[in-house]
Amino acid sequence: MIVRILGEGQLDVPDAELESLNALDDALQSAVEADDDGGFTTALAALLSRVRQAGKPVPDAEIVPSDLVLPSPDASLAEVRELLGDEGLIPG
Amino acid sequence: MGMGRRLALIFKSKANKALDRAEDPRETLDYSYQKQLELLTKVRRGVADVATSRKRLEIQMQQLQVSADKLQAQAQQALGAGREDLAREALTRRATVNQQLADLQTQHAQLQAEEEKLTNASQRLQVKIDAFRTRKETVKATYTAAEAQAKIGEAMSGISEEMGDIGMAMQRAEDKTQQMQARAGAVDELIASGALDDASQPLGGRDDIQAELDRVGASGDVELELAKLKGELPAGQAPQALPEAEKQGEAEK
Repeated sequence: MIVRILGEGQLDVPDAELESLNALDDALQSAVEADDDGGFTTALAALLSRVRQAGKPVPDAEIVPSDLVLPSPDASLAEVRELLGDEGLIPG
Repeated sequence: MGMGRRLALIFKSKANKALDRAEDPRETLDYSYQKQLELLTKVRRGVADVATSRKRLEIQMQQLQVSADKLQAQAQQALGAGREDLAREALTRRATVNQQLADLQTQHAQLQAEEEKLTNASQRLQVKIDAFRTRKETVKATYTAAEAQAKIGEAMSGISEEMGDIGMAMQRAEDKTQQMQARAGAVDELIASGALDDASQPLGGRDDIQAELDRVGASGDVELELAKLKGELPAGQAPQALPEAEKQGEAEK
């Protein structure tokens, strides 16, 4: 499973990790929906560190779409909200 | 659906839209490649912009440091001359300068991190674009339009996602740089207004603390000279009034 951390690049994460990542991803989403700034930062940090731990970087010359795209570690709740609502970021 | 998945879908739908619109997907490949090259140019310019802002901050930090050192020296000099009030003023100003300096240091660290991220991103993009070009030429040479459509989906999604990511990184770096520039401008204004001593002005330049210290120093010298002259008078000879004053004195008796 290919996971992108925005601003950092892509990682290849074993499919066996999917369940634990999904749980962390759900926690993140709950924080977004609850507008919980502190919870968001904590959940995001937990998810990203799990991904970095379990995954290995995809070589730069490989062009593959990601199954999961995660915000950058310093992203704020407001930024992620905007990301989910904004379609104008991807050229071409 | 988890958040990461929703974000992933945003990227994918973009790429798919571009492909669906295309009459001949092979043209879409060329168009996308053009866009990639444009983005790469933009990212490189972005890196240069961030570096320029970083250097400006460094110059300001140097100026402020010189300023802080100078105020410290002035405080010592003022204390030596017995002018505690002046020393206090110098130290107060130094505290302001140090505060500014600490702010700039934080921003500098942020900007440096941004620059590093963007540099990495631009290298990554370069490699991906090269790989995309190879893939695109293979697809164009080997497949009909219909086959190409099926064949390029992944490459299109992948590269479009990469470009989206870098586009966002660029935006963030630009926002940060603009904030820094605004702040840097504010520090320049502070220096210009004299609120912060402009340490970059030539050494002959005077600030009010220095002027006061010079005055204290000068009057100290005068006293010293006076004492020395008095000491040189012949022993036992009391200072004599001028003849004119003597006459006046007699007249008053």
